[in-house]
Amino acid sequence: MAHTEHTPVVRALYLDDDVVLDAVKNLRGKGIKVKEVYSPFPIHGLDKAMGLKETRIAMAAFMYGLVGLTVAILITSYMMNIDWPQNIGGKPSMTWGKNMPAFVPIMFELTVFFAAHLMVWTFMIINKLYPGAAPQNPDPRTTDHHFMIEVAAGDGVIDALKETGAIEIAEA
Amino acid sequence: MFVFTKKAKLFATALTLVGLVMMVIGFNSGGHDEATSHDAHATEAHADHAAATHGEEVHAAAAHAEESHAEEAHGEEAHAEEAHAADAQAAHAEGHGGHEDHGAANRPWAALLVNTIFFLGIGIGTLFFLAIQYAAQAGWSAGILRVMEAVALYVGIPLLGMLFLVITGTMGMHHVWHWMQDGIMDPTSANYDSIIAGKEGYLNDGFFTLRTVAYLVIWAGAAYLLRRNSLKEDQLPEGQTMFFTQRKLAATFIVLYAVTSSTSAWDWIMSIDTHWFSTLFGWYTFAGMFVTALTVLNVLVMFLRVNNYLPWVNDNHQHDLGKFMFAFSVFWTYLWFSQYMLIWYSNIPEEVPYYMARFGEFKPLFITMVVLNFLMPVLVLMSRDSKRIMGFIMLAAVFVLAGHWMDHYIMIMPGSVGYHYGFGWVEIGGFLFYAGLLLYVVQRNLAAAPLRMKNHALIHESKLFHQ
Repeated sequence: MAHTEHTPVVRALYLDDDVVLDAVKNLRGKGIKVKEVYSPFPIHGLDKAMGLKETRIAMAAFMYGLVGLTVAILITSYMMNIDWPQNIGGKPSMTWGKNMPAFVPIMFELTVFFAAHLMVWTFMIINKLYPGAAPQNPDPRTTDHHFMIEVAAGDGVIDALKETGAIEIAEA
Repeated sequence: MFVFTKKAKLFATALTLVGLVMMVIGFNSGGHDEATSHDAHATEAHADHAAATHGEEVHAAAAHAEESHAEEAHGEEAHAEEAHAADAQAAHAEGHGGHEDHGAANRPWAALLVNTIFFLGIGIGTLFFLAIQYAAQAGWSAGILRVMEAVALYVGIPLLGMLFLVITGTMGMHHVWHWMQDGIMDPTSANYDSIIAGKEGYLNDGFFTLRTVAYLVIWAGAAYLLRRNSLKEDQLPEGQTMFFTQRKLAATFIVLYAVTSSTSAWDWIMSIDTHWFSTLFGWYTFAGMFVTALTVLNVLVMFLRVNNYLPWVNDNHQHDLGKFMFAFSVFWTYLWFSQYMLIWYSNIPEEVPYYMARFGEFKPLFITMVVLNFLMPVLVLMSRDSKRIMGFIMLAAVFVLAGHWMDHYIMIMPGSVGYHYGFGWVEIGGFLFYAGLLLYVVQRNLAAAPLRMKNHALIHESKLFHQ
């Protein structure tokens, strides 16, 4: 998730993904707001533990798929029937409807192409991961062997983080 | 522990008996039950039929009139005649003198075959799924293996139904399988067909019956052995002995099934249209059977969870079954379309009559079937949440089950009864008969053993699945 606000935060480093998962549950149980978790790999069940909103990317992918399907129908009908009518498989009907089976592979491929590519680009842009974007990771060690929990600063937060097994705590 | 209540027992028995009575009525009317036949259809179909029996050319013209694809398919008239001459009886069985009369007589038998194949799919599909769990050492499904066993054991009943159909066929009581007709492989006979005679090495009464018996032994045997070992495991001390025994058994069955799934589809369904052949027919049939079985399994697991019999099964298991249902609906469509498009595209006389029959007389059913089997499950089950909501699963299940029943109907009817198709005593009675037996056998098997395996190596993993 991208940073959108600049409130003071406390960052705690951990060495184990299970410890992080338990820490997140523990901190949220105490009413401390977990803003972000950095991890070298996906941690199963972390989204639920952090209480993240469900992604809407599935709905976006469905829409992109429909766009791809529409594009496929339009280009096949323009290329094969309007611009340069083709005799397909010895069936010179020159209509889209009657030659539709021949276009199904194209419809399928473009649906998948649009859904997949646009979904990835949407994901990248929403998460500010496009080329040239400013790096957001506060500590490069979290791309290798460390895990980091970022919580909003407040009274007792540092003690709470220590209890969860953090090896390093820093205020920022 | 599942309880097979008296009420449920009575219901299942009543269903079976009602179905049986309906079938007896259907068989006694010998397929001429016009009251239940396609009345709305009667005028049109019989007009067509009358014309068709007089000559293939008229029939070809009729096909042209009603089907635009066919028109394109036979752009040149000479080409069309050639196709019909070469494949006279493949589509409507009009080519052989007097053969058209068999259509009506075949109807109750063909209807029984449709229902037998449909319910066979539920049994064998579940058995295959069960075997996959063992062979792949799947952890997530360990908690529902007993449910799969209960359905897989049912496979013997439709197999016995198949054996009955095969034996009555070889005795000449019906000609659902066109190549069983008298004299068709005898050069001196008026019924002689050189193409069918060329297939005698594979399609002969003895070998055909032998293969059916082999399927019965392999499939029902595998179901019996997997169940027996699973029950034995409950009695053994904890350990992994049975886990690996089951794995070997399951892997062996999968190899045998890889071959027999294809050959059984050729034997029982593809040989109805004897001239025609399709190399992916076996997988296509299998895909339909598998998705039917997964749907039944999903509904059954849901029913058991709602009634609190499976407290260790959570929404994530149900979600995965939903994914299987969705995925294999798409897989079926992929195979169906692969078979259809290549034949449509190449447009050669050996292959095209199969789809001319289905795109002519059977067109409304054919289109409905594809919509039910592809579009509806895709739209209903695409989202993550709908796979976890009972109502959506039930809705998709109704579409898939109705769609695949119709798919088998459309595979079998055009070649065996032609214009005499309909929805009468045996179509419905056969369904009730097998459905009643399914309910009885599955509930009896569920009640016969604890629903949770005691010593399965992965039962704990299944319980923790995505928790």
